Amino acid sequence: MTSLIQLGYLASAILFILGLKALARPRTAVRGNLLGSAGMLLAVVVTLADQNILTYTYLAVGLALGAIIGTILAVRVQMTGMPQLVALFNGFGGLASLLVGAASYLELIDRPEAIGNDTAAAAGFTLLIGAVTFTGSLVAFGKLQEIFNGDSFQDQGIRVFAVVSLVLAVGLAVAVVLSPSPLWMWALIAIALLAGIALVAPIGGADTPVVIALLNSFSGLAAATTGFVLGNSVLIIAGSMVGASGLILTQIMCKAMNRTLFNVMFSSAAVAGGGGDSDDIYTGKVTSSSADEVALILDTAQSVAIIPGYGMAVAQAQHAVRDLTRALEERGADVVFAIHPVAGRMPGHMNVLLAEAEVPYEQLKEMEHVNPQFDQTDVSIIIGANDVVNPSARQDPTSPIAGMPILDADKSRTVVVIKRSLSHGFAGIPNPLFAADNTLMLFGDGKAAVEDINRALAEI
Amino acid sequence: MTFLIALTLFVLAIFLGVELISKVPPTLHTPLMSGSNAISGITLIGALVAAGADHSLLTTILGFGAVVLATINVVGGFLVTHRMLGMFGSNRKRQS
Repeated sequence: MTSLIQLGYLASAILFILGLKALARPRTAVRGNLLGSAGMLLAVVVTLADQNILTYTYLAVGLALGAIIGTILAVRVQMTGMPQLVALFNGFGGLASLLVGAASYLELIDRPEAIGNDTAAAAGFTLLIGAVTFTGSLVAFGKLQEIFNGDSFQDQGIRVFAVVSLVLAVGLAVAVVLSPSPLWMWALIAIALLAGIALVAPIGGADTPVVIALLNSFSGLAAATTGFVLGNSVLIIAGSMVGASGLILTQIMCKAMNRTLFNVMFSSAAVAGGGGDSDDIYTGKVTSSSADEVALILDTAQSVAIIPGYGMAVAQAQHAVRDLTRALEERGADVVFAIHPVAGRMPGHMNVLLAEAEVPYEQLKEMEHVNPQFDQTDVSIIIGANDVVNPSARQDPTSPIAGMPILDADKSRTVVVIKRSLSHGFAGIPNPLFAADNTLMLFGDGKAAVEDINRALAEI
Repeated sequence: MTFLIALTLFVLAIFLGVELISKVPPTLHTPLMSGSNAISGITLIGALVAAGADHSLLTTILGFGAVVLATINVVGGFLVTHRMLGMFGSNRKRQS
């Protein structure tokens, strides 16, 4: 029986490997997701067949309850809300690992002959990583959902607290191994929960995609360490593969912002106070425009680049933008979408939103491909993006976003910025592009503004 | 399973994960993340063992909570990924 169960887990691990591989390629991604879910189903069935399980009632109720809640969340979420949902799921995964770690540890210390140092150490790590993943993800969720503003925690004290509590938590993890007792365990959990909050709270809004990717990696690691505690191969294999894939995405995001992970986690962006005062930059220099004027310019444009940001998603403007694209193409213009790697609030967020609006995949251009073309672009239309087109990143070494690769929209002949106001982006700094001579500001709701342009274009 | 075997699996699986994911295109970043997130819900296996072992009331409660949370993670994660990939898919069909 036992070896049959082990073989079942092996089959499930193979399904996860094939699933992840397929998930990373556009043609096979759907199949990859299905393979992954098949692997999960198999693992659950195999576990339920295990003789060690004595009570099935709680399990059935728990599985049903979780499945109902998960389905409701997955079916009801808007694509704009994807980052929040992934953060929330991450947090649930982390907390689940934490609870498993706690239950296993409590069981182990009742049988002193069974607890080895390695198992106890694995339990300690599970508690630590699970707790940090849980509260860290909840804080990220709160920022994304705009329950609270991330930049209000830019205090150096909280970073010091984060480091101190992490060190303390590692110390408690050692205590959990050397003198096993429930007291050390609860202390470790409490401190690690606080450390998760303190680690994520001060991270600036512009860095959220990095944090989401990193927490994704952590939730995988927590599952892997749970596997060490239980001596379960499929947990170790699946968990560490997710950990690795999350780390790769973290690395891609860091590269896109020209920052190191350490820098994202521990350096305070706003403390430098760079970026200049908004009044100095904007007063008397901002040119406000109208939909009719923008339509006239677009009517003669040969090449147009559209730069979408999270604001486009909030305004639900992606369908109006697609109509604008088609109208311009009918006039013979060449239209591309320039996508910054960290546009939106999680890796690849813009691509999902534009796919929802049925924008052809070929029209979406990555930053490296589109940047050399901006000086031959007649009009760049920026919809709800801010920090990713802020030329301060190139020009002002004191700016908090200095050195971050940006889309060089400012180099195109005319720049049209559709935005509700001159308010700051996620990085919390003014954008000199809005005051540039070749920039026209079209103030208003993204969707309404683009629809006005479409109407004006049709009348020309 | 001895600790060394577990460690071997862990390290090899990390290398495997890096190999599998390293060339993922930006379009798939979000679905990959939500899909792999669902896979990390594999901790559900541990939750089932903890909840079903009938050790003490406390461990059963902890295990039960873990089962609910991990199932939300798994079911929600795979479903939302499927929904997202469906958008890419229908998009591609319309063009061809």
